[in-house]
Amino acid sequence: METLLQQTVNGLVVGSVYALVALGYTMVYGILGLINFAHGDVLMVGALVALEAIRLIQTHAPELGLVPTLLAGLSVSVLVCMVLGYTIERTAYRRLRNAPRLAPLITAIGVSFLLQTIAMIIWGRNYHTFPQLVSTTPLEPVAGVFITPVQIAILVVSALLMMALMLLVNKTRLGRAMRATAENHKVASLMGVDTNKIIAATFIIGSALAAVAGVMFSSNYGIAHYAMGFMPGLKAFTAAVLGGIGNLGGAMLGGLVLGLVESIGAGYIEDMSFGFLNSSYQDIFAFMILGIVLIFRPTGLLGERVADRA
Amino acid sequence: MNELALAIPWLGKRNPAAARGVVILLAFVAPLIAMLFGKTWVRILDFAMLYVMLAIGLNLVVGFAGLLDLGYIAFYAVGAYAFALLASPHFDLHLPFWLVLPLGAGFAALAGIILGLPTLRLRGDYLAIVTLGFGEIVRIFMNNLNQPINITNGPQGINMIDPLVLFGWDVSKPLKIGEEITVNSLFQYYYIFLAFVALSVVLVQRLQVSRVGRAWAAIRDDELAAKAIGINTRNMKLLAFSLGATFGGVSGGLFAAFQGFVSPESFSLMESIAVLTMIVFGGMGNLAGVIVGALALTALPEVLRYVAIPVQQALFDKVILDPEVLRMLLLSLAMIFMMLLRPAGLIPAYSRYSRPELVVGKEAGK
Repeated sequence: METLLQQTVNGLVVGSVYALVALGYTMVYGILGLINFAHGDVLMVGALVALEAIRLIQTHAPELGLVPTLLAGLSVSVLVCMVLGYTIERTAYRRLRNAPRLAPLITAIGVSFLLQTIAMIIWGRNYHTFPQLVSTTPLEPVAGVFITPVQIAILVVSALLMMALMLLVNKTRLGRAMRATAENHKVASLMGVDTNKIIAATFIIGSALAAVAGVMFSSNYGIAHYAMGFMPGLKAFTAAVLGGIGNLGGAMLGGLVLGLVESIGAGYIEDMSFGFLNSSYQDIFAFMILGIVLIFRPTGLLGERVADRA
Repeated sequence: MNELALAIPWLGKRNPAAARGVVILLAFVAPLIAMLFGKTWVRILDFAMLYVMLAIGLNLVVGFAGLLDLGYIAFYAVGAYAFALLASPHFDLHLPFWLVLPLGAGFAALAGIILGLPTLRLRGDYLAIVTLGFGEIVRIFMNNLNQPINITNGPQGINMIDPLVLFGWDVSKPLKIGEEITVNSLFQYYYIFLAFVALSVVLVQRLQVSRVGRAWAAIRDDELAAKAIGINTRNMKLLAFSLGATFGGVSGGLFAAFQGFVSPESFSLMESIAVLTMIVFGGMGNLAGVIVGALALTALPEVLRYVAIPVQQALFDKVILDPEVLRMLLLSLAMIFMMLLRPAGLIPAYSRYSRPELVVGKEAGK
């Protein structure tokens, strides 16, 4: 029972990171019908830029407190990722907006690998230790469950960000324009919406969320690495599909569910498979869920769109 | 054999027979030319042949049938591991080549069907992601199936795989012809691989203009319409997956025998993407283009390795971009710029049977 509770907490933490990244996938997919393959790598860039900024601050202004340092690093990385997201959209995707469907997807894969390569050139192949500015020592256990301050911070920050995004999309002018563009580009632009701007804004918001997620991911695990974006990216995409791609609430729900399934599954896989499989198989849960959802319920849990768009 | 001539477009259009002759001649003398630059280049040519086979197989799935497969390297892995397990000291099995290769191909085809069955309803980007997941699952299993029972030997991989032995002719040993001439094993491997490639080319060409090839083209261009005119889309898609996988499996088996060693590292997502880039670069759906793409993108990183590294040494006194980084940079840039500037590839598909989705396919979304 304690394992179950503990894994539930861990799952919720990981799940809320997935949810933040999934929001970026789902917004772009909702508007462009494009799987932005490079989204996971924006997360990676976010984490590594924050790392670099924090290192700079720590050498040049060591008197700054832990939390202000983290916030400063976070802001730098969010800004860099916003610019990066805009640049990717402007240079690689915009020209292909009316191209056949495989073209933007292949370009997106190319962008993803390009980002990884550039990160590899700048930061090398090594794993970097990410400074633990928010403590990762567990607090006093509650009901036998350990939780660390950084995990609490992750839960709070992602909840706040998700609420903010919901408000933005549902209550503001920009949000209305985004929804209109997702509904129908042509009609939206006839109604006076500058769709190019809206699409750019979508990429910028998504990238900012990915940057935050990247910093949270690295703070939690204490490492950053040029290829770290791939797995969370893929899992977040799974989460988006699981919740119903194009649906913001779905992405959040999907992220949490995936996080839970994964960490509870990893806790019990050894017993379930009679010792044949162990927790190193954790990653296959996401892929299996992805396959199962796409085959049996392509619209996802709360779904809007159908996988089989002709 | 018309498509072969297209590998040299300027000559192929005027005089196909001459172009064909040049291509075949080049294929035969290539290792001799490569030898002028050293043995390494012959080895690179051998690998290039394996990549050509992979590209031909993937082109069958992506270029002909329009099913974007991002986990293709998994079939290569299945072929390679089948060979490694059945012909190495790992299980102390040393089955003959003629048994192991078809078995590996069979396993790969089976894996193709296993992947194909659940994904029949998926198309385009969703299919891409699921196939990618499939590739990763295969890799995760290869990495972890060393306990509780040691099957794949985990990340260390399998060593000392038997070399190719055809009718008592051990390809890994230098071949003596008469007194004077000895043929290096790298050359022998080259010609064997070349024979496999030639066979694949003939097979795939015949397939493309057959009933099956036309059915694939129909599915690629419009699945609903294909169904409406009575094509069994389910069987045709499964056939595309399993046939494509077979090429991957054969290529994987040859790789295992040639290399003598397999480990999960050789079958990363990067390799799937590399093969995809080759066919995108050369011209999806066009056999000549695909072959040129595979050769170019196998050779270019190696050329860069031998040119860019000394240049960097001379300029900066240290190596900033190592060969692996250069390869990734080249592949990712090739992918992006080909899509932006020349989406149909270097040698675009031309015939009415080989228009890939990228040229005339449906417009995106909405």
